Amino acid sequence: MGRGILEMPKKGYLILENGDIYEGDSFSIDREIAGEVVFNTGMVGYPEGFTDPSYYGQILVATYPLIGNYGVPPAGKSARMPENFESDRMQISGLVVSRYEENKSHYQAKEVLASWMKREKVPGLSGIDTRSLTKTLRTTGVMKGLITFQKPPDKFGGFSFKDINRENLVPFVSCRKPEIYGNGRLRVLFIDCGLKYNQIRLMLNYDTTVIRVPWNYNPYQEKKPPDFDTVFISNGPGDARTMPETVETVRQSLAKKIPTFGICLGHQIMALAAGGDIYKLKYGHRSQNQPVRDVVSGKCFITSQNHGYSVVEKSIPKDWQIWFTNLNDGTNEGIRHKKLPFFCVQFHPEASPGPTDTNWLFDYYFRVVKKWL
Amino acid sequence: MALTENIKKVLLLGSGALKIGEAGEFDYSGSQAAKALKEEGIEVVLINPNIATIQTSHEFVSKVYFMPVTPYFTEKIIQKEAPDGIFLGFGGQTALNCGLELEKRGVFQKYKVKVLGTPVSAIRKTEDRLLFRKAIQNLGLKVPTSCFCRNMSEVEKIADKIKYPVIVRAGFSLGGLGSGVARKRQDLTDISLKALALTPQILIEEYLEHWKEIEYEVVRDASDNCITVCNMENFDPMGIHTGESIVVAPSQTLTNEEYHRLREIAIKVVKSLPIVGECNIQYALSPKDGDYRIIEVNARLSRSSALASKATGYPLAYVAAKLALGYRLDELRNQVTRATSAFFEPAMDYLVVKIPRWDFLKFKNQDETLGSEMQSVGEVMAIGRSFEEAMQKAVRCLDLDFQGIISDDLDKAKLNKINGKNFRFLDASPDRLYNLAYNLYLGQSKDDIYKKTGIDPWFLDRLDAIVNFYREMINDNLNNEPGRDILEQAKKHGFSDCQIGEIYGNEEADIRRLRQKYGILPKVCQIDTLAGEFPAKTNYLYLSYHRKEHDVKFNLPKQVIILGGGPYQIGSSVEFDWCAVNSALTSKKFGYSPVMINCNPETVSTDYDVLDKLYFEELSYERVLDIVELEKCPLIVSVGGQIPNTLTPKLARVNVKILGSTPDAIDRVEDREKFSGLLDNLKIIQPLWKRLKSSGETLAFAEKIGYPVLIRPSYVLSGRAMYVAYSENMLERYLETTDAIINSDYPLVMSKFIRGAKEVDFDGVARNGQIVVWAISEHVEHAGVHSGDATLVLPSFSLTEDAVELIKENSVKIAKTLPIDGPFNIQFLVNEDGRAIPEVLVIEGNLRASRSFPFVSKVLGINFIEIATKVLLGDNVKQVKIKRPRYTGVKVAHFSFTRLRRVDPVLRVEMASTGEVACFGDDLKEAYLKAILSTGVNLDRKAALVSLGGMEYKQKMLQGCRVLVKLGYSLYATKNTADFLKLNRLPATLVYKVHEKKRPNVIDFIKSRKVGLVINLSDREDLGVREMSKETTDGYQIRRATVDANIPLFTKVSNANLIINSIYKLKLEDLKVKSWGEYLATIQPKDKTEKL
Repeated sequence: MGRGILEMPKKGYLILENGDIYEGDSFSIDREIAGEVVFNTGMVGYPEGFTDPSYYGQILVATYPLIGNYGVPPAGKSARMPENFESDRMQISGLVVSRYEENKSHYQAKEVLASWMKREKVPGLSGIDTRSLTKTLRTTGVMKGLITFQKPPDKFGGFSFKDINRENLVPFVSCRKPEIYGNGRLRVLFIDCGLKYNQIRLMLNYDTTVIRVPWNYNPYQEKKPPDFDTVFISNGPGDARTMPETVETVRQSLAKKIPTFGICLGHQIMALAAGGDIYKLKYGHRSQNQPVRDVVSGKCFITSQNHGYSVVEKSIPKDWQIWFTNLNDGTNEGIRHKKLPFFCVQFHPEASPGPTDTNWLFDYYFRVVKKWL
Repeated sequence: MALTENIKKVLLLGSGALKIGEAGEFDYSGSQAAKALKEEGIEVVLINPNIATIQTSHEFVSKVYFMPVTPYFTEKIIQKEAPDGIFLGFGGQTALNCGLELEKRGVFQKYKVKVLGTPVSAIRKTEDRLLFRKAIQNLGLKVPTSCFCRNMSEVEKIADKIKYPVIVRAGFSLGGLGSGVARKRQDLTDISLKALALTPQILIEEYLEHWKEIEYEVVRDASDNCITVCNMENFDPMGIHTGESIVVAPSQTLTNEEYHRLREIAIKVVKSLPIVGECNIQYALSPKDGDYRIIEVNARLSRSSALASKATGYPLAYVAAKLALGYRLDELRNQVTRATSAFFEPAMDYLVVKIPRWDFLKFKNQDETLGSEMQSVGEVMAIGRSFEEAMQKAVRCLDLDFQGIISDDLDKAKLNKINGKNFRFLDASPDRLYNLAYNLYLGQSKDDIYKKTGIDPWFLDRLDAIVNFYREMINDNLNNEPGRDILEQAKKHGFSDCQIGEIYGNEEADIRRLRQKYGILPKVCQIDTLAGEFPAKTNYLYLSYHRKEHDVKFNLPKQVIILGGGPYQIGSSVEFDWCAVNSALTSKKFGYSPVMINCNPETVSTDYDVLDKLYFEELSYERVLDIVELEKCPLIVSVGGQIPNTLTPKLARVNVKILGSTPDAIDRVEDREKFSGLLDNLKIIQPLWKRLKSSGETLAFAEKIGYPVLIRPSYVLSGRAMYVAYSENMLERYLETTDAIINSDYPLVMSKFIRGAKEVDFDGVARNGQIVVWAISEHVEHAGVHSGDATLVLPSFSLTEDAVELIKENSVKIAKTLPIDGPFNIQFLVNEDGRAIPEVLVIEGNLRASRSFPFVSKVLGINFIEIATKVLLGDNVKQVKIKRPRYTGVKVAHFSFTRLRRVDPVLRVEMASTGEVACFGDDLKEAYLKAILSTGVNLDRKAALVSLGGMEYKQKMLQGCRVLVKLGYSLYATKNTADFLKLNRLPATLVYKVHEKKRPNVIDFIKSRKVGLVINLSDREDLGVREMSKETTDGYQIRRATVDANIPLFTKVSNANLIINSIYKLKLEDLKVKSWGEYLATIQPKDKTEKL
């Protein structure tokens, strides 16, 4: 903005493991990073999206061409949580956009997007043909990639890509020690695999105490476990199969018939704990317009999603049933136990960003818990 | 599955003539609905008198009734057709109001017709503001604080208590008619008075000044599944009607929380009403704290839904029609990917900008301030991957003289002359966008502009980015041509080659060459509804400089590009959409692959379904050439009206292959001198004319040919108006008072004006100079009324055989000489005044399809465009034998004068109508009466006001007045007319003219709506000099009051007599309820393919 046209911005490069190189303009810090390149088709909600821990280790491509339009709100603080973000920091490794719009005229904006990104040391490239990039990711699947500010050599090679699929990413985004929110009647053991604060915010509307514990916290191995009525497993980054500890905790709580609810990664962990299996999708679901259908009631909902893996429907044990399916590609979107209060969904009923159609699941959750107690 | 298996026949209500507030969008929604029904094997019966629409064709529906969409006629048709169901939501407010009235009268119940889609109870809740408020407040949601008033005393009662500003809204009206903002007490009185004349109750409510205006398009099925397909943000804040606003989709300045809060509310409202199908919800959103108000819900397809469909690729009307049949959203497929579900919300990876198209230049005295009433006559949409790109493109789509938001006033040469900071007014007007850019260039701060206009700073920032880039280019003195990077950035900022060229002193072609040298070329992008997540099966395309690769393949076999008509404006409307679409359908039928270029979201020609490829793009030389260079296929330029026609010579010069008449032939008709020479050579008479370069020459030539004379200045500051001068005095005054410039650069064309001459339109298609099909339509009005405003009759009703033969002979000669290859139109004057052999004069020719093509095609049952397209594609078309129908088709213009606050509603040489209707009848009178009723007028009240200027008109109307009295009419007349009538023993009540300063005067009388018909024949003086000097004459005041009170007005002696004779001969119940097919059956040969 206000930049002379002869004055050229610093160039940066997105390099994909298939050898594609995209040249763009740097609008944040010039810091080389590696990650998995994924795309999101949401048209609003970048402050919420960028702080979603499910993006940890990923370079995000925004398909909506203008990013930054309404600036960035202050983190804010209420009930010991940031008010306007979904976690305590920016989780994406890098950002790739067609146009970076530098603006903070919205009444809630405190700063422009670039200044926040610089503070969080997240590089950003603009001027990239994000549609062509998205089409590549759609056809070849998500890829390893890196953002660099060195002009790449003419001959492809020698880049240190990072494979985030092999490691357990959850320890990087989960809390280190238990924390308690609220002071309500129902006590939720909230397993934080990289939670979005809106899950806690919504839960606190239901007369609850939320006991947030790290991903590898197992109450059944603790000497003084807290009292809890129900177990909740949050969303988070990566492959659920790399975190057997959490799967084991959930398996135990299912065995004890504790009401259990999982979202996103939590859904996959529950599926594994129940004896099911998961697989990696070609390019995942990262958007705010994923249609799902409750296969029992026939009701349809638009959901916010952010995941790269999916539950293998055929692997679901007999005493469980399919709950939701995706109307676009038929993948699984939720399962529940036929008799016991165990259920989980692949999408994000807490939204933020995205549509609030399935907020009612929290209502449903606590009604079931209360009924069970 | 569809729940409505017992639905075999559905009645679809159309919206009638195109008018301000109700235009082409309803042809699009109706056609989509018809298509959705047809797929289910349901028989569709359509009522729509708008003959130029695409929906009124047997390709889309089984039966068409070219009849008024009124409760009376609809009931008659229901009685006759016995449909199982009816669609009320696809024909705008006209259809909705008609449906509500029928329901009230118990017609649906009586004939067991099921209202499909949104139930009437829900429609009522959205239409009656009191019910609406109650419904919304019951949900715990917010509406603006307000109160209703039913009369002026109720208004007076609250006037001192309320907090100004307030907005006055008229209920049950289209496009905000009668609404206005009152900043003080007096405003409130004025506006309320006018609004209460139109509607039984008005709403006075808090005026949410500078709040953002946001809309959502919502779809719900009967199983309660609900989605919002698209949201849109108005560039202009609250207070400007959304039809008058620049609109952007998706919203640009809303946070996730705002976007999804409003979305959630929308769904809550829609589920509670409940809507089945589609609706639109409008919000005001405070930029200060995010507070909101629900403004209104339109429980039907709307202009916004058409825009949203085009913006996203989600066919709202089609889906709404399926839902009305009982389908669930998740049972329907996404029509673009054809793989995913219709239950989804499109993700856009681009943005669109819509700009309304006003046509104030066509009207004198028009107040150009924009507000809560709609005045625009059309709109354009542009797609881009940056706001700058989409916005500048949209400006060019408007077909005005702007290359982008930077107007000529910031030309390099003019910049030096700008002294100081004379900022322009930023009141909402058609020029505001250019004024904003101008002021930004001159340094007005964005804060200051925001305070004055309330336009969100984000939008101002984007405009500023364009302005700053322009400044950089102006200051870039290093080279005499732009460098590579600058050029690339300029294109990304949406600048045209032409404007970049002007800055650097280069020609447009130089910039194009430079771009090609540097490889700066736009890329073709596909709209897939899912932002790349799934591939699209359709080719809905736009071009952008923000891409590196194309999304599609080019130059596929047998492609042909068709140029569409661009924005609807006065003189170019849905008729050219009909032509373009029929050309596409024909080329498809004959194995070609139609590619359309058009930029008007209201059209069917921008429905990707109809085409193999749709470029939703500007119809500029630069962009058309960009596409041609990629597609390398020939062009059809003769079916989209004047815009493509104008591009033709330029395209031909760079060797673009154009199908049909040669550019040379086109030039020989378009160029006045050449055409005149051609006529002289062929010994065809034309009115004497000359191009004149000074006032002196003008007066001398007028003297030579004799008055009256028709004058066409080539440049007028305030308009492009033509003018008829009846005397030297009038001409002198015209030359003195007008702001027309007459010099060697801007010559004036004067021609002899033949009074009382009949005017004739000859429409035809020729192949290699041989006419293969033709039609002669005769005007009811004598020469002097623009052919677009005139009443057309087919077959002709008064021409002698000699005249018809001469017209044909002349046309044959012209077609042969040029030679014409494709569609064409020639306008003739026929002077039978005391002559044994009529004099037939040619006044104009066009080597393209004309406005009357759909009319003649539908009246004769011969698709002229199909034949023309076959000719263009090289098919060996044989001559079509035309049988003279035994019925008559009459096309009547529809005017939107009510919406144009100060315009004089009188017919003249300059076109003013916004749309048309056409009806069939056994004779002229029946067809004319049906057509007049189709324009929305009511002839029930048996009282007529007559005000006749001059003895000639008085004499000509005497018999008509006698008939009116015979019919039981009470006559009211102004002084001279009353005296004249009394002299002729006709009882007439005297009413005072305004200048007589006695009350009740004629205006009070009209306002009180004691008359049902006004005949105001202006003598020529009245229309002449005084008008030029902008005096408000009595005649003007009578006419204006008449249209403001929505009373039928006749200003030409021929129409006035025709309507009187029609109502004398026919009562309402005499008007036959016959479908188009029934009329056609009386002429069509049994074997349709038979070549005669």
